[in-house]
Amino acid sequence: MINELATWFIFFCPLLAFIIIGMVVWPFVGKKSKVSGYLTIAALLSSTILSFWALGSVIQNGHALEFESHNWLKIQNVDINFGIMLDGLTTIMLVVVNSVSLLVQIYSTGYMKHDGGYSRYFTYMSLFTASMIGLVLASNLIQMFVFWELVGASSYLLIGFWFNKPAAAAAAKKAFLVTRLGDFGFLLAILYLFFNSEAFISNGLNPFEVIDVNNAVALGVISSSVAGWVAIGMFAGAMGKSAQVPFHTWLPDAMEGPTPVSALIHAATMVAAGIFLVARFFPLFEASKEVMMVVALVGGVTAIFAASIGLVQNDIKRVLAYSTISQLGFMMLALGVGAYSAAIFHLFTHAFFKALLFLTAGSVSHSVGGTFDMRYMGGLRRLMPWTYGAVMVGGLSLSGIFPMAGFWSKDEILNHAWHSSTVVSDVVFWLALAAAFMTAFYMFRAVFMTFEGSYKGGAKSDPDIEISVEVTPHESPKTMVIPLIILSIATLLVGWLVNPLTNIGSIPMHWFSEFVHVGDGHEKVLAFNKMLAAISSLIALLGILLAYLIYVSNFGIFKSLQKTTSGVYKLLMSKYYFDELYEDVIVKQIFYSKLAAGLDLLDKSFIDGIVRTIDRSGRNIGRLIAQLQTGQLQGYGVVTSFGVLLMFGIYLIFR
Amino acid sequence: MTPQDIYLLSPEISLAGLALTIVILDVFIKNRLLVQSTIGIGLLVPVIFSILLWNGIGIETSLDSNTQTFGVFNTLVVDKFTLLFKFMFLGILSIVIMSSMSYVHRFERTKIEYFSLLIFSTVGMMLLSSTRELVTIYIALELTALPMAALIAISGNKLSSEAGIKFLILSAISSALLLYGMVWVYGLTGTTDVAEIFLSIEEMSRQNGSVSMIAFGNYGLLLGVIFIIAGFGFKISSVPFHMWVPDVYEGAPTPITAFLSVASKAAGFAVILRVFYGSFSSDVLSIEWSMLFAIMAVLSMVIGNFVAIAQKNIKRLLAYSTIAHAGYIMMGLTVVSGRMEGVALEGPSSVVFYLIGYAATNLAAFVAVIAVSNKTGSDLIEDFSGIAKRSPIIAICLAVALISLTGIPPTVGFMAKLNVFNSALNGGLWWLVLAGTISSVVSAYYYLRIIKVMYLSDPLENAPIKLDPLTGIALMVTVSAVVVFGLYPTPVIKAAHIAVEFLLI
Repeated sequence: MINELATWFIFFCPLLAFIIIGMVVWPFVGKKSKVSGYLTIAALLSSTILSFWALGSVIQNGHALEFESHNWLKIQNVDINFGIMLDGLTTIMLVVVNSVSLLVQIYSTGYMKHDGGYSRYFTYMSLFTASMIGLVLASNLIQMFVFWELVGASSYLLIGFWFNKPAAAAAAKKAFLVTRLGDFGFLLAILYLFFNSEAFISNGLNPFEVIDVNNAVALGVISSSVAGWVAIGMFAGAMGKSAQVPFHTWLPDAMEGPTPVSALIHAATMVAAGIFLVARFFPLFEASKEVMMVVALVGGVTAIFAASIGLVQNDIKRVLAYSTISQLGFMMLALGVGAYSAAIFHLFTHAFFKALLFLTAGSVSHSVGGTFDMRYMGGLRRLMPWTYGAVMVGGLSLSGIFPMAGFWSKDEILNHAWHSSTVVSDVVFWLALAAAFMTAFYMFRAVFMTFEGSYKGGAKSDPDIEISVEVTPHESPKTMVIPLIILSIATLLVGWLVNPLTNIGSIPMHWFSEFVHVGDGHEKVLAFNKMLAAISSLIALLGILLAYLIYVSNFGIFKSLQKTTSGVYKLLMSKYYFDELYEDVIVKQIFYSKLAAGLDLLDKSFIDGIVRTIDRSGRNIGRLIAQLQTGQLQGYGVVTSFGVLLMFGIYLIFR
Repeated sequence: MTPQDIYLLSPEISLAGLALTIVILDVFIKNRLLVQSTIGIGLLVPVIFSILLWNGIGIETSLDSNTQTFGVFNTLVVDKFTLLFKFMFLGILSIVIMSSMSYVHRFERTKIEYFSLLIFSTVGMMLLSSTRELVTIYIALELTALPMAALIAISGNKLSSEAGIKFLILSAISSALLLYGMVWVYGLTGTTDVAEIFLSIEEMSRQNGSVSMIAFGNYGLLLGVIFIIAGFGFKISSVPFHMWVPDVYEGAPTPITAFLSVASKAAGFAVILRVFYGSFSSDVLSIEWSMLFAIMAVLSMVIGNFVAIAQKNIKRLLAYSTIAHAGYIMMGLTVVSGRMEGVALEGPSSVVFYLIGYAATNLAAFVAVIAVSNKTGSDLIEDFSGIAKRSPIIAICLAVALISLTGIPPTVGFMAKLNVFNSALNGGLWWLVLAGTISSVVSAYYYLRIIKVMYLSDPLENAPIKLDPLTGIALMVTVSAVVVFGLYPTPVIKAAHIAVEFLLI
C-alpha cells in the first residue's frame, strides 16, 4: 500500500528535475547538455512507477486512500489546507499523465536533438508535468487552482518555446489570455464558495476541501442554486482549458509549439484538465439540472463544430488540433448527460491514441524536412512503415473502429447519450453521431493525403519553409519509433478495461466504471448496446470510405461536389470567422477604441493625478517632519518628554 | 543556585563563556581562522542546549504542561516563549557575525572585541526574554544596551562616535523613565514579580469596584504604566521615542545597525509581551493600554513611512522603515481581551510571527547592503544604480527583501502583515487597519524606488561586485527564509502560538 510520502514523490520527482535542470544544468552545464533529457526521463520514470504503485494500491484497497490534509494558511476562520486525494480518478489521471509524458520525453530526446534550447525545453517540460501532477493530486480547491494556473503558465512557455518566431509568440499569448478568461470564472466560483464558508464551517466542513464541496449539496449545506453558480464558474474555467466553443480558438494556434509539446499538452494532459475539473466536482455539477444541460450542449456543439472545421484543414497538426477539440467536446457531452465514467474512459483512451497521432505527425514532419502541410506529402507508406502502422492504429481508434480503444469509449458515450432522458440529450446524441462520421472522414483524409499517392516533395515544395539541407523521406530514429510502438500497443489494449461484455480473466465486467465512480453506491452502468455499436461503426466506416473515394480513387463526381460546396468550404476554411469576430470586432472595435481608450483617460487624469498628489504631498510631509531631526541631542530628549506628556494628556483629558 | 538552575541557564552561560574565550584566545594566539572557527563552534553550544530545553530533556517536569514554569530564583523563567526568542536571537547573532567577518577589516583594532561585545549584548537579550521580575528586566536591559553603545561607536570616525554618545545618553533617559515607572508600580503593589503584580492589581480593582473614572484605576498606576511604555518604546523604536534611530543607524557599523534593528526590537517586544500580558492583562487595564499602543502604532506607521520617502541614505531609509514596522507590530498588541475569559492569543502570536518574519527580511536587506557597501564604500541610494548589472545575485536578494518589507506575496512580509492586520480587524480596530494599509501603500513608494534604481538605472562603474562566501551564505539563508516562510508559514505560526500560550501562566 502506497504511503503519503511516496505519493508526494510522484509530484516531487519532476519538480526536482525542473529545479536541477533549470538552476544547475541549463546555466552551468550547457544549453544543449544531454544530461537534461536524461534527468527528465529518470524523474518521470520514477513518477510513472510510483503512479502504477498508487493505482495498484487503490485497486487493492477497493476505495480511495485517505491521507490527512496539512494546514497551509488560515484566513479568518477558514482553514486552507493542502493534501493528496488519491482515488480512482486521481490514479487513472496519474497513470495517463506520467506514462504519456514519459514516452513524450523519450521521443523528445530524438526530436529536439538539434535544437539550441535543449536544456530549456526539458526545464519547461518538467515544470509542466510537475504542475499537471500537482493539479491531479490536489485535495483542496485552492491548491488545485495554484496548479491550474501553473499549468497555464508552463504551457505558455512551451507553446512559445520558439519565441523568436512571431507566430509562436502570438500563439503563446493567445493561449494564455483565452484560458485566463475562463479561469476568471473559476476564481469567481472559489470566491463564491468563500462567501458561503459560514454554512460549511457551521456544519464542520471546509469550503475548499474537494470532498466537502462535493458532499455539501447532498448534506444540504448549500442549496442547489448556489451549487449551480459555483459549477457554472468552474465550468467556465474548464471550457477555457479544454478549448470548448467559444474558447476554442487558442488550441489550433498552439500548434506553433514543438510537436512533442502538442502531443503532451494538447492531447493528453493540459486540455484534459478541464474535463478532470468537471469530473472532480461531478456531484456538484449533478446537483443542478440546468448546468448539466449547459455542459452537454457545449460539449455537443464543440464536437460537431470542431470536426467540421477539421474536414478542410491542410496542416496535419491542425487537423489533429481540431480533432482534439472535437473529442474534448465528446467528453464534455458525456459528462453533461451524466456518463461520468464514460467521459473519464474516453479521456483515458484519447490520451493514448491522440498522443500517438501527434507523435506520428512529428515523425512524418521530421522525415519530410519540417513541413506539416499534407499537400506536399504523400506516398510515405512504404518509406515509413512503422509510422504508417502507428498512424493506422491511432486513426482507426480515433474513428472508433473495433477493437481499438476509441471504439469502446465512443460507444459508451453514445450509449449513455441515447439512454439519457434530459431535454437536450436527444439533440446531443445526433450531434455526436454526426461528429463521429466527420471524425472518420477527416482522419482518413489526412492518412490518405500523407501516406498514399505519390510523394510531392515535402518541405522543399512548401513555399512557407526555407530549408537549408536536402532531406529525403526516411523512417525516424529509434528514440522516436519506440514510443510510437508502445503507444500503439496501449491503444490496442486499454479499450478492454471498460469491458462491457463479460468478465475477462481478472478484469470483471464494467471494471473501469466501478473503479472511478464517485459518491456512495454503484455507478450507473449500461449494458452493451449491440445495435448502437453496429450503427456507429457503420457510420465511421462510411466516413472512411468517402475519404477513400475522394482522396485515393479520385472519382470525378466528387470533384464536382467540391465545386458546388465551395461556399461551405470557404466558411470552414476560415473557421466560421471566429478569429475575425474576436480580433477585429471584439478586441479592436470594442476593447481598443472604446473601453481601453476610456480607461486610458481615467488612468492618466484621475489615477495618475492621485498618485502624483500623494507623491508630492508625501515628500513634502516627509521633509517637514524630517526637519525635527536636527541632530541635536537635547532636542531628542525634548521630543521624548513631550511624548510622555502627550500620553498623560490623552488620558487626563479624554477619559 | 542548584545544578538544575545552571542547566536552565546553560544557553546564556555558554554564550557568555564564548565571549570571554575569544577575547582571551586573541591575546595569546593571533590566528584569525582559529578565532573564527571557535566562534562558529561556540555558537552551536547554546543552540544545542536550547534545543534540549525545548524538548524538555533533562528537566523534571515537561515544558508542555501549561501549569508549570521553571523559575531560576523566581526571577527568570524558561519556557517555550523564551526559548523561541532565544532561537531567534541566536539566529540573528549568527547571521550578523557571518556578515561582519569581512566588515571588521575596516577597523584598525578591536576586531575581536567587536564580536565579544556583540555576543554579550545577545546574552542580555536572551536574559531579557526570560525575565519575570522588574529589577531583573532592568539589569538585563542594561546588559543589552551598554555593549551596544560601545559597538555603535566602534568605527571610531566622527559619525560613529556621535551616534554612540547619542545612543548612550538617550538610552539612559529611557532607562530612567522605565525605572521611574517600575517604582510607581512597585509602590502600589508592593511587589516586583510580574505574576504577583497582576494578582495585586486584581485585588485593588475588586476593592474599588470595577468601574473607575480614572484611567488604569488610579493615578499611580497610570503614571507607572505610561513610564514603562516610554522606557520600552525606546527599545522598539516607536514614535515618539524614535528620535535616536535615524542618527544611530546611520552612524553605526552596518552589521550593528542590522543587529539593532531586529534583535533589539525583538527583545523589546518580548519583554513588553511578558510584562503587559503578565501584569496588566486584567480586562479593564488591557483596554486602556491597548488604546495607547494603537495610537503609537498609527503615529509610528505614518511618521516612519512618510519621512522615509525623503531619505537619500539607504541606512537612514531603513531606519525610518524600522520605525514604521514597529508600528505594524504594535497593531498586534492592540488586540486584547482579559486573561480570565476565553483569551485571544491571536494578537501576541501575530506579534511573534511578525518579529520572526521581520528578522529574516530586514537581515536579508542589511546583508545585501553590507555586501554592496563593502565594495563601493557608500550607503547612498544613488550608489545602488545598476547594481543588478554588477551583481545579479545581490540585486535579486535585496529586491526580494524589499518586496517582503513592502508586504507583497509570496514573501513572509506579506504573511506577517496579513496576520497582524487580521488580528486587529478581528479586534474591531478597522481604523487602525485602514491606517496600516494606507501607510503600506506609501511605503511601496520608497521600497520599490530602490528596486527601480538597482535595475533600471545605469551603473556608475562596471566592475562586478564579488560576494565573499560567508556573506553569501548569510544572504542565501535569510532570503530563502523570506520566501519559504512566505509560501508555507504554518509551522512558524504554530510555534508562535505554542510560545504565547506560556505568557498567561
